[in-house]
Amino acid sequence: MELNFNGTDLCAVNGTRSAPEARYDLVVVGAGPSGIAAAIDGAAAGQSVLLVDENPVSGWLMGNDTPLYFGGRMTSATQNSDRMLEAIFMSMPDLESAMEAGVELLLGTTAWGVYRNGPGVNSLPDQVVGLADRDRSWMVGFKKIVIATGARDLAIAFPGWNQPGVMGAAALTMLLTRYDAFAGRRLLILGSHDLALETALLALDKGLEVAGLVEVRDAPQGSAALVEKLAAAGVAIHCGQSIKATKGGLDGVEGATLTDGTDFVCDTICVAIGLVPSIELVDAMHGARTLNAQRGGYIPAGEPNVITVGDCAGLADTGFDHVAYRMDWVRAALKTNAPDTIICQCEEVTLADLIGVQPPQYLDRPPAIQARSLDTLLQDGPANPDQIKRLTRSGMGVCQGRRCRDQVAMLLAIESDKPFGTIPLATHRAPVRPLPLKILAEWDEPAAMDAAWDVWFGIPTQWVPVEDIGTPQEDAHREMLYTGMYK
Amino acid sequence: MSGSEVVIVGGGVTGLSAGWWLARSGVKVTVLDKFIVGWEASGRNGGGASHYSSPLFDEEQRMWPQMDELLGYPTEHQKGRILIAMTERQWEQYRFIAERHTRLNHPVELLDVKQVQEAVPLAGDNCFGGVHYKFGGHANPQRTVQAYAWALQDLGGKIIQHSPVTGFETAGGKVTAVKTANATYGCDAVVVAAGPQIPQLMAQLGVDVPLAAARAEMIITEPAPMMPLGGVDGHKIYGRQTLRGNLAYGGGPHEWLDVDATGPAARPSTPLARNLAKRLAELLPKAAHLNVIRSWAGVIENSPDGRPIIDRLTSPDNVVVASMSSVGFGLSPASGHAIRDLVIDGKCSFADIDILKLSRFDGLEKDWREKRGWMPIA
Repeated sequence: MELNFNGTDLCAVNGTRSAPEARYDLVVVGAGPSGIAAAIDGAAAGQSVLLVDENPVSGWLMGNDTPLYFGGRMTSATQNSDRMLEAIFMSMPDLESAMEAGVELLLGTTAWGVYRNGPGVNSLPDQVVGLADRDRSWMVGFKKIVIATGARDLAIAFPGWNQPGVMGAAALTMLLTRYDAFAGRRLLILGSHDLALETALLALDKGLEVAGLVEVRDAPQGSAALVEKLAAAGVAIHCGQSIKATKGGLDGVEGATLTDGTDFVCDTICVAIGLVPSIELVDAMHGARTLNAQRGGYIPAGEPNVITVGDCAGLADTGFDHVAYRMDWVRAALKTNAPDTIICQCEEVTLADLIGVQPPQYLDRPPAIQARSLDTLLQDGPANPDQIKRLTRSGMGVCQGRRCRDQVAMLLAIESDKPFGTIPLATHRAPVRPLPLKILAEWDEPAAMDAAWDVWFGIPTQWVPVEDIGTPQEDAHREMLYTGMYK
Repeated sequence: MSGSEVVIVGGGVTGLSAGWWLARSGVKVTVLDKFIVGWEASGRNGGGASHYSSPLFDEEQRMWPQMDELLGYPTEHQKGRILIAMTERQWEQYRFIAERHTRLNHPVELLDVKQVQEAVPLAGDNCFGGVHYKFGGHANPQRTVQAYAWALQDLGGKIIQHSPVTGFETAGGKVTAVKTANATYGCDAVVVAAGPQIPQLMAQLGVDVPLAAARAEMIITEPAPMMPLGGVDGHKIYGRQTLRGNLAYGGGPHEWLDVDATGPAARPSTPLARNLAKRLAELLPKAAHLNVIRSWAGVIENSPDGRPIIDRLTSPDNVVVASMSSVGFGLSPASGHAIRDLVIDGKCSFADIDILKLSRFDGLEKDWREKRGWMPIA
């Protein structure tokens, strides 16, 4: 077969991509106070501004603890998207100001990926952000992007944490303050730093019962004023404790027992140990980030055209070492968790299988693999969460690792006796929110994309059966299967 | 060669399989990898194992059903594949492929729409038909790579990670040692299976290996109910249902890159995920509601004709160079065997692989990449 090269690879991506559907001077992701302020500033400076926020998310996403750790404790009101939209406008009057300032606002719209040329890619016609709502996805170009995605809940495994009623402080706050859609009545709160104290006071203010706070360290961690306020409300902080056991029923949590044997009746256990800056978009776009224990973990390092604001840029620095605090909780949990305590809920990876680096239950475990463990793996090199993910499936599930990635990293640090900062951050990948195939699909893709599309590289000689080379079959193969490349 | 020392440059699936085969023959093997085994294309591919165009095909087919037992670790290997046609043109093409298989005595069966849906319940009635390969199959690339690595260690081989190779020591027409930043590994023979970094490494030995690197992408969905047959291709995409139920699919246009001696600078995915999602939703319409939960990219290299280069050099004469030209995972049980044979016996024992010799590119025009349009976007 003679191949006539013409200098063009028709199956390369060059020139096949669609142009963004719209372009803005500024796109702001996240319509919390910081995002709204950035959008209003941009509009005031005469820029075209698009402000998007994923909330209200679907009931299905909430049920999968996305974007926050809702723990199944939202009322059926959250299924009504019109009511939820109204609730957002009611709770955030600044949204109206932003619109009056000329900001284009899209709620219920997820930013699932940011793409730009850089190392390893030079084929993008523009820097773009991928958006999606209930009906479709599309791409929007921007000159500057402000990421104001806030912070998400840190989850920590304890016996029985994988049932409805175990939830995060940010999710509880959202359900209480924004949607009035919290389905619980009586809470046990884990933590005693400001996040936990404020969560407890908010719950009391909303007429809920707070059974108590649980603190792993020997003394309350938050500001004295808040501790005092809580004491005045008659809520005790149980120090030097963690959760030994939980009681559950059909609707999830019914009670909990602390390590000292204290029993609580509660329908909700609120994990208020910490918040993690939501840097998924920044990390998935290979944005620079750095570990800052005082600001809640990994935070964006900052770039001229990729601005992060609000909690996404890092929690307010009060001098509190959030990472050390979380590690204390995970260390305590290691004493109370059983080998079969689930760490990754989506993939049902137990503590023993995570530390044992064992494959999922649906695979055989021959003797050789049973003899393998994190200890044997560490002889080959330092622990890497992405490698653990490949082998155990922890973090591979539909919650995209939101519930387990932080604790897996902490467990790897503890088990390998290394500082937390030496454990690489497990990669975030677009789409940073689960998106149905039919929504993600570019249904109206350019003809150039389809014309370039081949199952692999479109190299005719790559797939000709070796028996056929030099026979008439070779040309027949090329004629039938390759319709353009080297003609 | 029993007791001799072989250093393998590159802990991808090809290098690891070669190491495993060599270790089974009593050779002392050291695999050097720049990062973690299987971190590049070997751990990022579709997992297919049905490469009927290769001279290594028969060995690929013979080995895969035995691999779990021989390695002692699970690979998730599953037998059989189905190719589903979504257009009349594809149906014509796939029947052409089926005829070819029949001619070559590879067992295939044409399926009508109903039969396709029985084997692949996520398929719709919008397809034209399918071709069931009763050979070939698929496995989990990441688990398989680690299985090779562990099996190699169990046979006494060494895997040195986080150790990019920086150069070679030569004497008397042979490579006598392989160097990393921190150590020098003496050797009787070397296998260079470093993927896109092969040209830079081999240039140090004065050998020109024409390879060009490119980035390709995949997506994966949340788990779907298990289908009777998980190896489902067609509609110009390839992939598989994992044993967990996820649908992992790739295909479509690639982007040519320059890769320096340290390997790919990054492996970013792009909005191509949307074009993959469209085709997967068309191929398996009853999966269209499933959530995509990740996308990723990998960097692979191709030779000028897209066929592997597996060759033992004449000078230095103790070096085997191995690039699978972007199709390495499925063939790995066979490529490792071939490399083992070249290292120990100087000749492949089970297949005529002369077509994979490097010398076929003697006289290749200097501007072969430009002529093919295999150049990075400026």
